[in-house]
Amino acid sequence: MAEPTNTASSARVGVYVCHCGTNIADTVDVNALTDYAATLPGVTVARNYKYACSTPGQELIKRGIRELNLTRVVVAACSPCLHEKTFRNVTAEGGLNPYYFHMVNLREHASWVHTDKQAATEKAKDLIRAAVRRVRLHRPLVRKRVSIDPNVLIVGGGIAGIHAALTLANAGKHVYLIERDATIGGHMAMFDKTFPTLDCAACILTPKMTSVKSHPNITLWTLSEITQVDGYVGNYRVTVKHKPRYVLEDACVGCMECIDACVYKQAKVPDGFNMYLGKRKPIYIPFPQAVPQVVVIDRESCIEFKSGKCKKTCVEVCGDRKAIDFQQQEKIEIIDVGTIILATGFFTFDAKRIPYYGYGTYPNVYTGLEVERLVNAAGPTGGEVVLRDGRKPKTVGIVHCVGSRDENTNRHCSRVCCMYSLKLAHLIKEKTDAEVFNFYIDMRTPGKGFEEFYNRVAEEGTVFIRGRVADIYPDPASEGRLLIVAEDTLMSIVRRIPVDMVVLSTGLEPQPDAQEVRRRFHLSCSSEGFFLERHPKLAPVSTFTDGIFLAGCCQGPKDIPDTVAQAGAAAAEALALIDIGYVEQDPCTAQVLEEVCSGCKTCIPLCPYQAISLLEEKKKAQINEVLCKGCGTCVASCPSGSITQNLFEDEEIFEEVEGLLAYA
Amino acid sequence: MPDAMPNSSQAMTAVAVQSPFEPRIVAFFCNWCTYLAADLAGTSRLKYAANVRVVRVMCSGRVDPQFVLDAFAHGADGVLIGGCHPGDCHYQEGNYKALRRYRLLKRLLGQMGIEEERLRLEWISASEAERFRWVMNDMVEHVRVLGPLHFEPAKEVFAEEVAV
Repeated sequence: MAEPTNTASSARVGVYVCHCGTNIADTVDVNALTDYAATLPGVTVARNYKYACSTPGQELIKRGIRELNLTRVVVAACSPCLHEKTFRNVTAEGGLNPYYFHMVNLREHASWVHTDKQAATEKAKDLIRAAVRRVRLHRPLVRKRVSIDPNVLIVGGGIAGIHAALTLANAGKHVYLIERDATIGGHMAMFDKTFPTLDCAACILTPKMTSVKSHPNITLWTLSEITQVDGYVGNYRVTVKHKPRYVLEDACVGCMECIDACVYKQAKVPDGFNMYLGKRKPIYIPFPQAVPQVVVIDRESCIEFKSGKCKKTCVEVCGDRKAIDFQQQEKIEIIDVGTIILATGFFTFDAKRIPYYGYGTYPNVYTGLEVERLVNAAGPTGGEVVLRDGRKPKTVGIVHCVGSRDENTNRHCSRVCCMYSLKLAHLIKEKTDAEVFNFYIDMRTPGKGFEEFYNRVAEEGTVFIRGRVADIYPDPASEGRLLIVAEDTLMSIVRRIPVDMVVLSTGLEPQPDAQEVRRRFHLSCSSEGFFLERHPKLAPVSTFTDGIFLAGCCQGPKDIPDTVAQAGAAAAEALALIDIGYVEQDPCTAQVLEEVCSGCKTCIPLCPYQAISLLEEKKKAQINEVLCKGCGTCVASCPSGSITQNLFEDEEIFEEVEGLLAYA
Repeated sequence: MPDAMPNSSQAMTAVAVQSPFEPRIVAFFCNWCTYLAADLAGTSRLKYAANVRVVRVMCSGRVDPQFVLDAFAHGADGVLIGGCHPGDCHYQEGNYKALRRYRLLKRLLGQMGIEEERLRLEWISASEAERFRWVMNDMVEHVRVLGPLHFEPAKEVFAEEVAV
């Protein structure tokens, strides 16, 4: 339908106040508010409805536009972050330009945060008055269409990144998978078995890793990091830094003869993949099924790098393949992608931060991940659970919630520790027949088959003691043993249990460089430091930066099934953008009013995107609409007021401010 | 401090002369940080003073000093600008522009006879709901102590200066 003649003075505004069930209506007097809105100049109709976002609520608005010839719509409901799009679409379906609409945030900004109904209602009146005055000045705008580059960047090669990469690659999209370590696989590659089914982690992970390497649609770059991200949804330009491996990936065939030939006859370097419980050589492969199957040289321990005087037996044995290159340099590569999935994973809590648990002081205190390597058949002990002195433990204490649910370290629950503690209890018992004590605060087993697994482990004879461990120290009565002290809160007594081995179930934390990564990708973090999703329920894998999605533990602690599910969701979100081929963006960009611009160039250096240039022949500034992201900094700086920003025009904001203050 | 202001509505309507002074504060919040912190305060049901009215902008760098002056001229007792922490700007550096303008604006306000404390710039990230609540209450309390904005004496001073 043709739009009615539409000026600010003739605007016919419809105000719709939402009750949001009782969320708004309990604290804001919606009837008084509606009556008040109806009296405002320019308001043709004011209504309230139980749920404005529901189908009947939307119909009410559309009918108002059609039957009462409304030309502007104000909806006073929840945060615009939640439903602004919904109501813009409603406005458009009613036959108006979608930008003849303004949203008032009554729920998050008034009813949920105030208790005094009268004060909240007065505030709501002010907000509605401001919105009505502002919306009358709105202009019809057209959404900007941005094309989407079909290439996808995935950062992090753990199970989340792997799964997302394979999903997208199988759909025919080209994926760049970037991993900063020498192999993909992430934490999952370190695990022995996975709860609650006790599948072997390697058996389910390594085939996927191999598929990544062989997939024609995946470009896998290990030992690589992202240093810069420019651009915007659909058109990101990403700078990748390739760190030197000192081995040519294309030339190395993974025969590993060089490892045997290394002048170090014995492995002497603590091996990070085995949590430093085992040793490796300066030239090594992180683990036998590493992908890519290419050795890597550790610059810190290699004699050639330290002295330059090595016999280079590795080069000798490599022979004609000539895969070893001590001269390899860092390389910078720039790629263009349309969407990005961050799957940068987590960091395990450093148990040394809780000194009274004795990690790093008493050799027989281990972390969960260390024991994970001990029980692994490919681990440093070949799957034997033995103490550092070679003894088999007869009693083992597993301490839950180390660095989780603790005011002094992390307040969040790490979600996986209860289950992996149960799994370790089962595996230790199976391998050593030791007596196992689990010290827990609450047993959290909320997943398919989890509670059943708990029952199974309990039936196997693991002892469960409900109480947070207060102290761990050497048992004065028994050489080589440790005493675990905890209040058993079910029996109301303090227990002192002597054990041979302590396992600290360390929690999950954000990566130490999460803040830098966050800034590089223009993301936010939630209070624990994990990346913030766009909406906790309705957009759990999206971020506030369009075209960037989250998968796995970088968004918060989660187990493998949840991680894989989220990775699939992130891939689907990226796919949805790629397949439609374009994205519509809010047109809140800035323009120069040429007739007013004096060509003073104040704005030009202020633009962070170099979107402003000077038209030399006219001596006027000009804004490239494609580059402009609509921050409005230039608008605020223009001395002659010759730059305007769509949706945030000076006059619109003045009206809003004055509307707020124009109380009766 | 109490979560909600008693009698604030009377003061808002400015009819009840006897009622205690309730500051009127206009806030300009960046869409990506402080506005989201305000939303998070809402979803977390944190309670704070009902005196602040929010204008959403895409970036604190969009806050034209004229908006602030306009708010004071139309009866605001305080103005709050909320932006992203340094280094965190969604548009790379708009918050630094806001900071520069804020510093100049403070001096200008002082010269106009408006207490500088009536204008405040705060960095509040999307996750800092608790801090957001604190800033809101703290701002209201500060402005409450300052009392209503009296612009009249300043006007007289300006008139005198112009006369000389």
